[in-house]
Amino acid sequence: MSEALLEVSHLVVYHGQLCAVDDVSLRVEEGEIFAVIGANGAGKSTLLRSIAGLHVPKSGAVRFKGRDLAGLAPHRRVALGMSLVPEGRRLFSSMTLEENLQVGARGGRKGVFTLERIYELFDWMPARRRQTAWQFSGGEQQAIALGRALLTNPDLLMVDELSLGLAPIVIDRIYALVPEIVAHGVSVLIIEQDVARGVSVAGHVHCLLEGRTSLAGRPDELTSEQIEAAYFGASAVPMREALP
Amino acid sequence: MTWLNIVIEGALIGGFYALFACGLSLMFGVMKVINLAHGDFAVVAAYIAVFLVPHLHVPEVLSFLVVVPIFGVVGYVIQRTLIQRSIDKDPFTTLLVTFGLSVVIENLLLLSYSANGQVVNIGSVAYNSWHPGSIFYLSYVSLVVLGSSVAVLGALQLFLSKTGLGRQIRAVADDQEAAQLSGTNYRHIFGVAAAIAFATVALAGIAYGMMTQFSPTSGGINLLFAFEAVVIGGIGSLWGTLVGGILLGIAQQLGAHFNPQYQVLGGNILFLVVLALRPQGLFGKKSALA
Amino acid sequence: MSSELISLETISVRRSTHSPVSSLVGVTVLVGVLTAAPWIFPQGFVSILVNFFVLLIMATMWNLLAGYAGMVSIGQQAFVGVGGYAVLYFALKGVSPFAAVPIAAVVGGVIAVPVTYLLFRLRGGYFAIATWVVADTALIIVGTISLLGGGTGHLVPGFTSLSPTQLDHYAYLETWAVALIVVAGTYLLLRSRMGLALAAIRDNEVAARSAGINVARTRRLIFVIAAAGCATAGAVLTLSQTYVQPTNEFSLQWAAEMLFVSMIGGLGTIEGPILGCIIFFALQQGLAGQGAWYLVILGSVAVIVALWQPRGIWGAVRDRYGVELLPVGHWVGSGAKLDN
Repeated sequence: MSEALLEVSHLVVYHGQLCAVDDVSLRVEEGEIFAVIGANGAGKSTLLRSIAGLHVPKSGAVRFKGRDLAGLAPHRRVALGMSLVPEGRRLFSSMTLEENLQVGARGGRKGVFTLERIYELFDWMPARRRQTAWQFSGGEQQAIALGRALLTNPDLLMVDELSLGLAPIVIDRIYALVPEIVAHGVSVLIIEQDVARGVSVAGHVHCLLEGRTSLAGRPDELTSEQIEAAYFGASAVPMREALP
Repeated sequence: MTWLNIVIEGALIGGFYALFACGLSLMFGVMKVINLAHGDFAVVAAYIAVFLVPHLHVPEVLSFLVVVPIFGVVGYVIQRTLIQRSIDKDPFTTLLVTFGLSVVIENLLLLSYSANGQVVNIGSVAYNSWHPGSIFYLSYVSLVVLGSSVAVLGALQLFLSKTGLGRQIRAVADDQEAAQLSGTNYRHIFGVAAAIAFATVALAGIAYGMMTQFSPTSGGINLLFAFEAVVIGGIGSLWGTLVGGILLGIAQQLGAHFNPQYQVLGGNILFLVVLALRPQGLFGKKSALA
Repeated sequence: MSSELISLETISVRRSTHSPVSSLVGVTVLVGVLTAAPWIFPQGFVSILVNFFVLLIMATMWNLLAGYAGMVSIGQQAFVGVGGYAVLYFALKGVSPFAAVPIAAVVGGVIAVPVTYLLFRLRGGYFAIATWVVADTALIIVGTISLLGGGTGHLVPGFTSLSPTQLDHYAYLETWAVALIVVAGTYLLLRSRMGLALAAIRDNEVAARSAGINVARTRRLIFVIAAAGCATAGAVLTLSQTYVQPTNEFSLQWAAEMLFVSMIGGLGTIEGPILGCIIFFALQQGLAGQGAWYLVILGSVAVIVALWQPRGIWGAVRDRYGVELLPVGHWVGSGAKLDN
């Protein structure tokens, strides 16, 4: 079997005394769209942040392109080709759109994604490049954050809560870009609270429940009952039966 | 005409305060650190200029050419070792550590050079001044210091807004984590910010020594002024610090006008008034406050 | 995931690691010895004890402010000066200086109230420097009041009826009494609901607020208490020095000393300042006549301790041996101690 782009093995991460990620393992292959789903507090963000290097795991390993990332600072992981768009977009609020993008470009690797390429991908950006970050809408900020991460020319792009707080039309537009990003040779790992959305776009789905893996597999091999049960927990009453 | 004199004297010293304060402001903006030893490092630079630089056969008036770059390097090293270590603990520890450093430095200077006042020797220029219209009395040194302060602040502002490194510094100041995720080595950026802070404070210290007498405890009182200038002008704004420094200078001159003992008090009162009425300062962002 | 319900009967909450009786016996003996000090020890040592208690009061108050309420102040000397000058003022009005000490505490507390409204607009390092501005302002203002002696200072009246020995003894006893009250009072305060509230605020302010704790009011109260405490320190200091001068009462050196002592001894404990003061005076005696060196060494030790052992020397002892002389924490069951 060929080496996976990203391999997480038995990862355990604590938040203070709380176990946020409990023995999670997953593989992301090259060219794949991988979705992590789960309810609030299931540990999805902590998982991605640990992969990106912001949290030190208690045990377990993260291997990227075959290399163990233990002890590697976040900016070094970016240099290896891994980029995370954090939850809440987290733009540099005092800086302009272009400056936000430029920081990404400076911090990462050279590659197919240049400032010009991003301006082509998001054609509304050039006209507003000198506006300060806080003046943009949620959807626009998400696009800027995405652009900033792409400018580091990652092999693996991780997005935490791609659609959180955005209008459906905006989400559609952003998701329309995902195949194009993959076409550029970037693998994508997204956290998505909207289960249907995540399942529809991903080639592989991983569900977390209270820090543990409750389900993993290809969407076409999983039934909606299975996904529901994994999302809410096996003891939960199925939605269809609960509603009159 | 007295009023005009007060304003001009205030502006002259205000430029100096701003130069002194910009390092303090930068270190707080970027790493959220208040370096309570900031003023003392300035005084160390002045002492080096007077006592050590002459050994290199460099005239004291040019001492800054030697001292400023060295302080930049020293600042980087101190940041990445001592200060980073205390940041990793908590902001508390950083305050305590920098205060401890301040006391240690002041007393070491006291032991080495006594409490006597020293001056950076720049020859007879120190006593010369410009008399426009025979009314004003503007010392050359003060004018040069003001000019240099504005130039340095301008250069710093340009650096921060136009260069890639400057952008990274601003990014880290805005959101350290997001900067890390964008590939920025934040510890290195902290070091660069500290290097700039130390370099500017060294320049300010030597300038101070050219304008007036200094002693081991001069750092403390100037830290107070730098801090007041930053708060009056607004935490987080470089040009605000310049305005704050000038207003502080004017307030001090006003105080001195009534009674020489009230010079510092004048500045303190302005500071307390700003704190009471507009705590974020004139140009500051509200986010810097409690 | 299987969950086990812990039976509520099996959980117990203890307030100390060992029987409080042994502490009580030890403390009683110590109190007895210290009260009899003027008659047991030579006067030279008694003088050192006076200064020890003065610094202990200040350090305990600083520790309350910084270690428990999270407010780092380098301006407490403002209230030390207020205390000293309050004694002078009332002595000039005919009140016995000894009786003026508690009045000085009240004066310190009252002045602190409006000051908090200014200071609390800032946080962290800016708060710290602002406290220094306040102290500096107080220094300058008092230095201009000629009634109180202006810049040169003033002799404190009201001692002439006493012999030097009596003065020394009474000064010592009152200083010792005040120190005892302050430390014991702080200990009781921290063991009370207030102490729990402080620990909650220190751990997580938002959570504390949502648990119903009025954070601002709690902080204000602590600041006022600390101010009153520092005022008593300044007040009893004048009893032994019998002379006040702005540069002495409002000296930044007090800030340095109370801070270093607390850091070295251990922040967030009652025993910390006590241990810190002992180390301080041992150092001072050892370096007698070395002038500024003791501050250099004290400061360096404080910095080193802060970086490598942030819980101070007492904190290290406590962690290693599990000893708790004046416990203010809570232990649940036999498991992890809820840190205080």
